[in-house]
Amino acid sequence: MIQAPDLPLWAAIAVGFFVLLGASITLVGALGLLRMGNFYERIHPPTLGTTLGTACILIASMICFSTLHARPMVHEILIAIFVTLTTPITLMLLARAALYRDRIEGSENVPDDRIATAAVDDDGSPT
Amino acid sequence: MTRLVPFPLLAAALFVMWVLLTGFSPGHVLLGAVVALLVSRVMLMLGPEPVRIRFGSAIVKLAALVVADIVRSNIAVARIVLFRPAEQRSGFIEFPTELRSPYALAVLAIIITATPGTLWVQHDARRHVVLIHVLDLVDDEAWIALISDRYERLLLEIFV
Repeated sequence: MIQAPDLPLWAAIAVGFFVLLGASITLVGALGLLRMGNFYERIHPPTLGTTLGTACILIASMICFSTLHARPMVHEILIAIFVTLTTPITLMLLARAALYRDRIEGSENVPDDRIATAAVDDDGSPT
Repeated sequence: MTRLVPFPLLAAALFVMWVLLTGFSPGHVLLGAVVALLVSRVMLMLGPEPVRIRFGSAIVKLAALVVADIVRSNIAVARIVLFRPAEQRSGFIEFPTELRSPYALAVLAIIITATPGTLWVQHDARRHVVLIHVLDLVDDEAWIALISDRYERLLLEIFV
């Protein structure tokens, strides 16, 4: 932040715009976590933060440090790649855990586990 | 060539990552190349199924589609969060998939989960059906047709 005064005006405006945009998108995602009705709906909104929210803040970071160092800084792309690759793992794990719990409790709002049923039908024993 | 560099894609990715992280200097380019060649050989011990990718316009097309869809569905989900339209309802759909390659399935899982509003829940390898949770479910068939036309067709082209 000490380096911030060195930024030319156009870069400061662009960086400010993208940081604010990314932060707002992430905030909307966090708000969705509060406002949605059930667990499966709640999982969806935080993806706003991991996709467009992250992208906007990374763009701001690229503009800021490319201008300050007077050469292209693009290693933020790695952050985008790793966030995109790892988020689905957490989300799937959470969704599967919720689904397992709901199925055990016999909730009517979730689909049956046809994999387990099919396995019992085919060889007589659950896998 | 394949014996010397058994996983050319992985080696290239490691090399690019090394150069991006350390900055572009001759010493690090050389070191990155050595690390990429040696470390990618570790995968030999895991013996993964070989990846066969057809490089072409399909990859570019898929990437552009995914970026556009991520932006679009970000806006759609933000609208649902902020305004909570009364007719919005969520639910599960079962998507019968033609994909068999585990890599193609993994890419589809990342695309579907990274797009806000859809979430990959479970893949049934026996029936080749994927269970997907959709935040704004209006029509099951429309969603299945959308995923099949937009992503699956291109993935079938890319992973041979």
